[in-house]
Amino acid sequence: MSDNMFVLNGREVSFDPGQTILEAAEACGVQIPTLCHLKGTTPTGECRICVVEVQGADMLVTSCSTPVEAGMQVKTESPRVVTERKKILEQLLTSGNHNCAISGSDNGNWTEFQLQVQKNDASSELCPVWGDCKLQELAYQYQVKITPSSPQRDYYPSEMANPMIIRDFSRCILCGRCIKACNEVQVNRAISMGYEGDKAKVVTPGDHPLSESDCVFCGECVQACPVGALVEKKARHIWRPWETEKIRTTCPYCGVGCQQLLHVKDGKIVKVTGVEDAEPNQGRLCVKGRFGYDFIYSKDRLKTPLIRENNEFREASWDEALDLVARKFKEIIRENGPDAIAGVSCARSINEDSYQMQKLFRAVIGTNNIDHCART
Amino acid sequence: MFLVIGSNMTEAHPVAATFVKNAVLRGAQLIVADPRKHPLADHASLHVPIRVGSDIAFINALMHVLIKEDLYDKAFVNSCTVDFDKLKEKVMEYPPERAADICGVSPDMIRDAARRLASVKPVMLCYTLGITEHTCGRNNVLSTANLQMLLGNMGVECGGVNPLRGQNNVQGACDMGALPNVFPGYQPVTSADARAKFEDAWGVENLPDKNGLMIPQMMEGLVDGKVRAFYIFGENLANTEPDIRKVEHELASAEFLVCQDIFPNETTRFAHVVFPAAAWSENDGTFTNSERRVSRVRTASKAPGQAMPNWWIFKQIAKRMGQDWASDSARELWDNEISVLAPQLCGIKYRRLEGDGLQWPCPDEDHPGTCFLHKEGQFTCGLGVFTPVEWTPPAEVPDEEYPFVLSTGRRLAHYHTRTQTGRCEGLNDILGEETADISPFDAADMKIGHGDMIRVSSRRGEVQVKANVTDQVPKGMVWMAFHFRDACANWLTNPAFDPVTLTAEYKACAVRIEK
Repeated sequence: MSDNMFVLNGREVSFDPGQTILEAAEACGVQIPTLCHLKGTTPTGECRICVVEVQGADMLVTSCSTPVEAGMQVKTESPRVVTERKKILEQLLTSGNHNCAISGSDNGNWTEFQLQVQKNDASSELCPVWGDCKLQELAYQYQVKITPSSPQRDYYPSEMANPMIIRDFSRCILCGRCIKACNEVQVNRAISMGYEGDKAKVVTPGDHPLSESDCVFCGECVQACPVGALVEKKARHIWRPWETEKIRTTCPYCGVGCQQLLHVKDGKIVKVTGVEDAEPNQGRLCVKGRFGYDFIYSKDRLKTPLIRENNEFREASWDEALDLVARKFKEIIRENGPDAIAGVSCARSINEDSYQMQKLFRAVIGTNNIDHCART
Repeated sequence: MFLVIGSNMTEAHPVAATFVKNAVLRGAQLIVADPRKHPLADHASLHVPIRVGSDIAFINALMHVLIKEDLYDKAFVNSCTVDFDKLKEKVMEYPPERAADICGVSPDMIRDAARRLASVKPVMLCYTLGITEHTCGRNNVLSTANLQMLLGNMGVECGGVNPLRGQNNVQGACDMGALPNVFPGYQPVTSADARAKFEDAWGVENLPDKNGLMIPQMMEGLVDGKVRAFYIFGENLANTEPDIRKVEHELASAEFLVCQDIFPNETTRFAHVVFPAAAWSENDGTFTNSERRVSRVRTASKAPGQAMPNWWIFKQIAKRMGQDWASDSARELWDNEISVLAPQLCGIKYRRLEGDGLQWPCPDEDHPGTCFLHKEGQFTCGLGVFTPVEWTPPAEVPDEEYPFVLSTGRRLAHYHTRTQTGRCEGLNDILGEETADISPFDAADMKIGHGDMIRVSSRRGEVQVKANVTDQVPKGMVWMAFHFRDACANWLTNPAFDPVTLTAEYKACAVRIEK
């Protein structure tokens, strides 16, 4: 076998030096489940769900943090691996409020448990990410069922005290993806793992609420959270994956041009996420890109043409308003020539609008008095 | 390595800043040259706190050191540029000691910065409006280009001069020819060939052959009656232009003002006719970002009431003035007109824009687009021309009466005059009012506490505003934004303009603060 080959599930495949088992497997189309792993950040091997069997090794190894070696023989779904994954999933599911994986085995304990969680949660709704949860998905994939029981530890109360992000610690699996997103992707350094053992919690320095920390509410942590521990306040319980259509678009704020997915329900945007692996933002957004979408639904919107009359605006039809403008423009051109008219285009609107406006000025009115805020 | 000058990237271009910070985590050096120690400076290996408006002196001194110590890229200078001797002559007048006096940093810090810049290749230079919004804005830009040519950092990936465009589609609005001197694709209106091309395409005769007015000239024309009708599309000029009192006087003088917008705002108050427009995500189209990437914008919601797409409104006016335009959607406008007429965009068609878009120049439909310009030192005009520039101070500098310098910009949670972000649930909770950012030194001197109301005044106006005492701001400086009408920095800013670009000096004027 040559230097850049290894054996994956009995098949000889190539790898690039430095690749982890996870990366090499993904490169040839073999999926290994992950929870704590966040692409582009340093692996922690924390959750161990990505374990694989390497021939000759006593223990299963985490594929996200183990480099491939030439000639290595790797099995990604061996019975031993599957048994281990089920055990891990069981532990994660029983460690918090993850009852969605239990099918048809409700009992009193569950209800009591649920009620207790809901007291913190201030909500009687289904888990806000039901149907879009990595843990739920894996629990179904590996057919893991847990015996309903009371919570195994006391939870920190949910943090609702900021306008954007809800932190529900009862659903947190302590995978650390949010910490990676904050520290290595956005590099805002607002959160880290705090306390120890049963008391472990993702914290800001001093364990203050996000609103009193260095958090800039980019929401990268929410996008990275594989479960329902971090959700958008504005979208919670409104957004449901099976009710929404995803539309790709470009952010309307600064000149970076981030690619967004608009989650649209009944013709209304209810949530925005970054388009993973897309240029130029590779899934990232800022506070405006992620949370600044609902201005279009403001009751203040202009809904009809307006004409000033006796120093007040009155509503007018399109025909009346357009006729008035055209008539006035023609009159001014006749009296003073086209250069007595000037226009400013909009650097926020689409290309096609600016093209059309300069065409109106040049080809119809007959002036080059068209500008926009380009130089400011 | 990065040199970031005049750019508060973490707040004004947050996602771009994440990639700079990622590179720093992986070992790239970052030099931040900025009067303020803004959040990106926390990630820098060197922060050079130059005074407001001293950029040219700083860059000239950097080039002085590079030439004097023989650290510049001779091969690039020899083969890809002209007029090096002229540049050398000028920058020799800027030894670090002289620049240090102007910039308020030590000569050794300037030498250190120059040596660091010469030690690594490539270096990407990023700037934003801290460079352009000065009476010497154009010369500031030329300086950045001089520096990068001298370092041989042009025409390579991760090098070059990278101006981060302030607005989502300011690049596109330029590309589309919403400028008084060029047709779409930067074809000059003064060129007979270009006019003939557009006359043919648009089926008209005698397209105007002289450059039109720029915004400040238009607004002055409203007062003297040279401009009788003014059509403002999607701009809140009453808040965004310097010296609000002057601007409002100009707008109030308009004989006939048409505003086309999505909200009533401070500018529409002066309108005679207001057209309601469809907003972002209410119609299909394209934006072009800072990297010249044309990306799709798609419809998600229906426009409210009778609001219509902007292109439709312009088309209706054209019709009433005797021209029936064929294109009847953004896609038709792009595919049948824009991409046919602008040479840089010929290869970009809607069907090619489903994924990550395309970066122009993209001359034909098989072309993959262009990631960076001036490859192998091939400039648009052939060889890169060094244009030596002289440092000039801002039009208004602090004096006894107005002893502080006011500089302005944007903050993270809001955008411009808040017509959009002010109507998004939660953003006002993150930032609900304007502040005047002042240094702990000045606060202590004047016994101003964090959060105290202070009065900031200039020769043009005054505002009452809360003091935000922060060590981001150096002694002698006040920093404010223009997001909130009441304490908008533009009550104070100076309508002094760069003589060529007519960009206003938002970044420097003299103010006084009182408790």
